[in-house]
Amino acid sequence: MTGMRGLSVFISDVRNCQNKEAERLRVDKELGNIRTCFKNEKVLTPYKKKKYVWKMLYIHMLGYDVDFGHMEAVSLISAPKYPEKQVGYIVTSCLLNENHDFLKLAINTVRNDIIGRNETFQCLALTLVGNIGGRDFAESLAPDVQKLLISSSCRPLVRKKAALCLLRLFRKNPDAVNVDGWADRMAQLLDERDLGVLTSSTSLLVALVSNNHEAYSSCLPKCVKILERLARNQDVPQEYTYYGIPSPWLQVKAMRALQYFPTIEDPSTRKALFEVLQRILMGTDVVKNVNKNNASHAVLFEALSLVMHLDAEKEMMSQCVALLGKFISVREPNIRYLGLENMTRMLMVTDVQDIIKKHQSQIITSLKDPDISIRRRALDLLYGMCDVSNAKDIVEELLQYLSTAEFSMREELSLKAAILAEKFAPDLSWYVDVILQLIDKAGDFVSDDIWFRVVQFVTNNEDLQPYAASKAREYLDKIAIHETMVKVSAYILGEYGHLLARQPGCSASELFSILHEKLPTISTPTIPILLSTYAKLLMHAQPPDPELQKKVWAVFKKYESCIDVEIQQRAVEYFELSKKGPAFMDVLAEMPKFPERQSSLIKKAENVEDTADQSAIKLRAQQQPSNAMVLADQQPVNGAPPPLKVPILSGSTDPESVARSLSHPNGTLSNIDPQTPSPDLLSDLLGPLAIEAPPGAVSNEQHGPVGAEGVPDEVDGSAIVPVEEQTNTVELIGNIAERFHALCLKDSGVLYEDPHIQIGIKAEWRGHHGRLVLFMGNKNTSPLTSVQALILPPAHLRLDLSPVPDTIPPRAQVQSPLEVMNIRPSRDVAVLDFSYKFGANVVSAKLRIPATLNKFLQPLQLTSEEFFPQWRAISGPPLKLQEVVRGVRPLALPEMANLFNSFHVTICPGLDPNPNNLVASTTFYSESTGAILCLARIETDPADRTQLRMTVGTGDPTLTFELKEFIKEQLITVPMGSRALVPAAGPAPPVAQPPSPAALADDPGAMLAGLL
Amino acid sequence: MIRFILLQNRQGKTRLAKYYVPLEESEKHKVEYEVHRLVVNRDAKFTNFVEFRTHKVIYRRYAGLFFSVCVDITDNELAYLESIHLFVEILDHFFSNVCELDLVFNFHKVYLILDEFILAGELQETSKRAIIERMSELEKLQ
Repeated sequence: MTGMRGLSVFISDVRNCQNKEAERLRVDKELGNIRTCFKNEKVLTPYKKKKYVWKMLYIHMLGYDVDFGHMEAVSLISAPKYPEKQVGYIVTSCLLNENHDFLKLAINTVRNDIIGRNETFQCLALTLVGNIGGRDFAESLAPDVQKLLISSSCRPLVRKKAALCLLRLFRKNPDAVNVDGWADRMAQLLDERDLGVLTSSTSLLVALVSNNHEAYSSCLPKCVKILERLARNQDVPQEYTYYGIPSPWLQVKAMRALQYFPTIEDPSTRKALFEVLQRILMGTDVVKNVNKNNASHAVLFEALSLVMHLDAEKEMMSQCVALLGKFISVREPNIRYLGLENMTRMLMVTDVQDIIKKHQSQIITSLKDPDISIRRRALDLLYGMCDVSNAKDIVEELLQYLSTAEFSMREELSLKAAILAEKFAPDLSWYVDVILQLIDKAGDFVSDDIWFRVVQFVTNNEDLQPYAASKAREYLDKIAIHETMVKVSAYILGEYGHLLARQPGCSASELFSILHEKLPTISTPTIPILLSTYAKLLMHAQPPDPELQKKVWAVFKKYESCIDVEIQQRAVEYFELSKKGPAFMDVLAEMPKFPERQSSLIKKAENVEDTADQSAIKLRAQQQPSNAMVLADQQPVNGAPPPLKVPILSGSTDPESVARSLSHPNGTLSNIDPQTPSPDLLSDLLGPLAIEAPPGAVSNEQHGPVGAEGVPDEVDGSAIVPVEEQTNTVELIGNIAERFHALCLKDSGVLYEDPHIQIGIKAEWRGHHGRLVLFMGNKNTSPLTSVQALILPPAHLRLDLSPVPDTIPPRAQVQSPLEVMNIRPSRDVAVLDFSYKFGANVVSAKLRIPATLNKFLQPLQLTSEEFFPQWRAISGPPLKLQEVVRGVRPLALPEMANLFNSFHVTICPGLDPNPNNLVASTTFYSESTGAILCLARIETDPADRTQLRMTVGTGDPTLTFELKEFIKEQLITVPMGSRALVPAAGPAPPVAQPPSPAALADDPGAMLAGLL
Repeated sequence: MIRFILLQNRQGKTRLAKYYVPLEESEKHKVEYEVHRLVVNRDAKFTNFVEFRTHKVIYRRYAGLFFSVCVDITDNELAYLESIHLFVEILDHFFSNVCELDLVFNFHKVYLILDEFILAGELQETSKRAIIERMSELEKLQ
């Protein structure tokens, strides 16, 4: 490296550039120069190559794209001399990542360096693999690296690198380290005298035990030995003490490894460990030197974690709480932060609530700290320690803080305040106060769930209704109020405003006026709520108020021709209804009580916590296999098939198809957790209004109440039963069902075709949004008239179809964009009710729109260290569901992997140690859930490919269930071909009832399949 | 485990960037920009820990240079904070009284030292002497 003047000159030049522009010019010039030289191999001496490659790294570090020369960097790895080889290794590991194809070219050279005799080359190769080695390396190099690690002839220098290199390979592929032979070797490694090798080996151990603590149980006493050795400061060379403390990092690692063992059985080991821990707990003093202080407290906090994990005797626990109590009141910010963090963890493992409560005022002080890191920890702790006794104080504090909190914290803050208010409300009027204050102070951050919930409470508690109404009325006096406040007060006053009738300013007509003042300020989705309120106010007006009636009717008249179909429909219907006298009263009677259910807010918060608040302890707690998985449901999910199907099947001699139809999941929601809340809050709230709607009406807010809990989908499904029941007078071209299923897996194609018209579809999906375009092409030389296209959306989709022209001219194609928004997880599908006239014939078809669940999935490939923590973090039902699926279409594993990938559930190859298993991941998007990580594991039986065990886990119970069913459908049915046997099968059976045989008979594919 | 290590000056110029998880180039630029913004305006009296996406960044400022390591939420904060200091001590020893310019003109040596100190996102060697000795061994090979 000496004498690389060119490099220094270049760095100086860049430094001397006056501005960014000049720098870019200088860099571009250099890149041009390098590029030219690389092209001219002849003049490129190894020295020059080395210099240029360093320059490239420097340019890369400055933030410029270096999109060439990677090959040159990689090729230096095979240089025979150290100086070039070293540059090749270092630059390659900075410029490329494990997924880069060029790396594959280097595998052989790297392996030769690892198994070769040159120690320096071994070190370079181990470092590269340790830093950027991917799966390819794991598969081919692990045994060689293991050999180096345990070799007695290698210097510690090589062995410590081998230990961490092996750790990397293990992370990339846990199978790379074979447990059987390795556990004993690992235990021996922990007897190592050299602390460098021991530190590296302990890191390796932490990874190994976190994956399988049983196999490495012999390492447990060794970890305790290491701690004893360090704690007593025996046999620790001076160079391994840091500010007088025997390697704090090794102490931390050893204690971390111990936290992955569930318990310590052996009494003498336990005793020895507790002695060490006791010494750490008692013997750590605050000293002046910052570094020494940090190092000793690093050890102390790890010891605290270990004590909590071991659930030590009471005395030691109270020592810990006392220490933490001290820490949360110190000025030193780092220690205070860690004090708050560990106190929150402590809440999860032991019963120390009462002691922690003594520190409440101290914790609240931290909620006002200028440092956001501390405020976040304080918020978490306050949330965790809240109960009935202190809820009022804590929630008041949170509300106060809400006004000053930064935007990034407000949503979490308001959600937490809402949950605490709900969980621990001493009286319900206080709860109503809190929520209204929340909406008032941070309306933008109050999700719909929160106001839905308060409406539920008010509806279900008669005593609360007058209070809520008068509160809502008070807020309306404010000059500017948030739209959510308009919604909730309009709703409450519509229902219960009449209870205030005797109070000043609360007559029906006054309520109307004050609400109507808000109308110009609100957005379209709120208008329907106001219309309902107006109708209710009008009905409640006692004695009838002709003035009010005039005003309200004027509003209804105004909106009668509104472009928004929801508003228009309400306006028209309320207007007609209000003329009906007593019938009006019946229809607009008070909303019935809501069925009791678990708060969706609490569910939501749990999800938030699962991703954001994974403390080591919690993670470890979740690693207990017993609660990580649900035992399989051995029953086929839906019992006997509906009788109507039997005649169709009777001719079939194919046992597989019988099995298929037997286990077809059509309409079975029986095994859903009865605790699962209906996600359909909105339709619950507005549900009874559906009475006004004409049968088959479209509004997704107007389906009947969702009925029994846990069956959120059937109601919507029944609205679109007759999918293939058609009175067509034309011969179809192609099979509609097949076309639909093909479109479920791709984004453009033909949806429908007959001799007169072809309907094509093209879709783009992003997150929970979709944009489809329907292309309707008239194949004839005469026009198609009375063209109508109406969308029947299921409750979970918001669909907006641009108007379709009444006539399609001859040989012309019209396009009609369709906007789709996914509101929540569901397998239901939208249906396009399409009809046109050709001559005197009316042709109509009901076509399923391929806006299926999988369209809202985005492929995502995880590595093992990303996958497993997430997998463990999802604990048990209803978030994680497992099921044995029988009657699976037999597929070879690669085919099954392709199938999964085709519907955007990405297979993560090699993550599962068992080659017969597949694990997969994806992200689901919907408006209510946001982006949710979904994980799945399929365990196949090589002896019987028709059955498998499937486990699906996501952060949302409904999603877990829907996704599981969705995948099941994919596995059981054949994507193409004889699907007519199971008419509603496929990605999204829209029907909750079996189609009638008559409908099937219309489908030529069905008849054919029936004959087979 | 350490996801990445960044050494940036107050203006946000990267002096060293080492990633132990595979990231795309564009993502690396984003990360460097975001981490700089996250740490640069924090008061000296604040904690040395900030949440960063689903991980946390442990950082420390030395004169105009920010040393940031991104680790898992469950990792021991103070242990990583002191490993930053140990790294700085090693640099200081190696360059005898290190300053930003040393790191700029000898960035390639800084990468070498780092590779002796941290591997696969874990601490490899915590003895200052062992690392300095190793570096002089390597210098002789040049």
